[in-house]
Amino acid sequence: MRRIALAAAFLAAMVYPLMVPNYLATVGMLMFFTAFIGQSWNISGGFAGQTSFGHAVFFGVGAYTSTILQVSYGWNPWLACPTAMAMGGLVGAGIAILSFRAGLRGSYFALITLAFAEVFRIAANSAPITHGGLGLLIKADQRPINFQFRDQIWVYYLALGLCLVSLAIAWWLTRSRFGARLVAIRENEDAARALGIDVFTEKVKVLTLSGAMCAAGGTFYAQKYLYIDPNIAFGIDKSVEMLLVTMVGGAGTIFGPLIGSIALTTINELTRAAASVFPVLKNVQPLSLIVYGAMLILIVARLPDGFASLFGRRRHA
Amino acid sequence: MLDPQIILAGVLNGLLAGGIYVLVAVGLTLIYGVLHIINFAHGSLLMLAMYAVFFLWRLLGLDPYVSLPLVTAGAFAVGFVLYRLVIGPFSHGRDENILLITLGVSIVADNAALLFFGGDTLTIDVPYAGDIIQVGAAFLPLPKVISCGAALVICLVLGLFMTRSDTGKAIRAVARERQGARLVGIDVEHIFAVSYGIGIACLGAAACLLMPTFYVTPQSGYAFVLVAFTIVVLGGMGSFLGAAVGGFLIGITESLGGLFLGEQLGQIGISLIFILILLLKPTGLFGSRA
Repeated sequence: MRRIALAAAFLAAMVYPLMVPNYLATVGMLMFFTAFIGQSWNISGGFAGQTSFGHAVFFGVGAYTSTILQVSYGWNPWLACPTAMAMGGLVGAGIAILSFRAGLRGSYFALITLAFAEVFRIAANSAPITHGGLGLLIKADQRPINFQFRDQIWVYYLALGLCLVSLAIAWWLTRSRFGARLVAIRENEDAARALGIDVFTEKVKVLTLSGAMCAAGGTFYAQKYLYIDPNIAFGIDKSVEMLLVTMVGGAGTIFGPLIGSIALTTINELTRAAASVFPVLKNVQPLSLIVYGAMLILIVARLPDGFASLFGRRRHA
Repeated sequence: MLDPQIILAGVLNGLLAGGIYVLVAVGLTLIYGVLHIINFAHGSLLMLAMYAVFFLWRLLGLDPYVSLPLVTAGAFAVGFVLYRLVIGPFSHGRDENILLITLGVSIVADNAALLFFGGDTLTIDVPYAGDIIQVGAAFLPLPKVISCGAALVICLVLGLFMTRSDTGKAIRAVARERQGARLVGIDVEHIFAVSYGIGIACLGAAACLLMPTFYVTPQSGYAFVLVAFTIVVLGGMGSFLGAAVGGFLIGITESLGGLFLGEQLGQIGISLIFILILLLKPTGLFGSRA
């Protein structure tokens, strides 16, 4: 039953862009993309319970690494992408080693990640190599060899592919000993340590993995829009977006970020539709964010396992 | 090399800005000390108070200093109600949860401001905005001097309230020992709401003191929340003396950072201090525990 539902959902996702206007295909692409970066947050924030307020730091490092390698050093973006992921993983490991060596937990870890993202944002705003606040433009040359596509449907399938890979990683976490150790750390760090789990190493590993994934999202974003600036890359909006979709959908579940992304995308499109009927609501973006914020409060307070917990069996290991 | 006179002026200006930061940070540290929650909505609530000051001036012609009692009382009421309706009922369990709830409050507040007030930068024109007083070789804007002085007076009044009044004693009792306070008949939930209200009231006062020389946008909250957290972490979470010292230190850091590194890069100092304190001495200068 479950397999049939998943196969049907996959088929629907495959034919979706062929059936709808371009605008809705782009909406779908962004939905899968957000689910992907949300999953990168979920891996460390959900499964391992290390709430981060600054995941944009990995997103931005990924976006800037591949863009700078391309623009300033003439790298091919397909080669720059793994390098960007390596950088994201490195920054993740660095932040994790510093923070966890200092024994930061819970809210303190969340706040220090925010401060790291802020340091990167200000540095990117001032450094010559990033062109400061002007941002970096990638030259448009729409050939697949350049990680750019004339037909946007390929960008959609790429986002879908990323999302599927991230789901596979999350699925693997629910099956592997590594994932079980992460859940043990989330539920009770001291107990996990007493069981002989090397808490520090496991936390560094998970942040490395999460950072590398999120960096791939940064490269994807830069290649789609061919532009990146410090506020897009390192601003709090991206960090909050990743956290929101995961918390709303269900932190620590396989499908949480995807469900959250579907929910938030739907709200976004509904407010857009409402705004076209009631012109008073001319400002769509803040309105949907108000709804997101209210949902975050309600979910954390009333449904801590997110929407995913509404779908039958709890996957909350 | 910069002229020592310019550096002196930078330090003095930093101290003046720091006075208001102290008030903002005292509110944050009070909430942490009593409720043991990290109020991520602190900056956003300050931003809303600044809009209140702006509209009282725009619509009723009230000078920011005149509207201080009004906005402070209003902020207390908002804080009290916010605690009773949102923060309190949900503030149990993991400490990240309450952080996420206050993040939700700040997302709602920031975007409500953007929706209703627009994204423009708003300022208040007061007739005394350009007045200058001379201290040695440094010229200091009069409104900043008044605001800094007023912020310190308010902090002293709050300190007296905390040590002399029954409510203040009850707040300190709850901060020290929740169970014990409950046993001697203190209504702990009420004290929590009052403490949160006082923390937000500090923001109302700070908003009135900021507006004569500062501006407000929907993003102001985010700008202040990092500064406030840095001060409180630097001074030691929950410590009043720490908030006072931290506020002045951060004011000077910001001022000198801007002087030496420029407006853009100068801001990096605050985030770096925040990271270094958390990594190296998470108890801060005067804190007893992390």
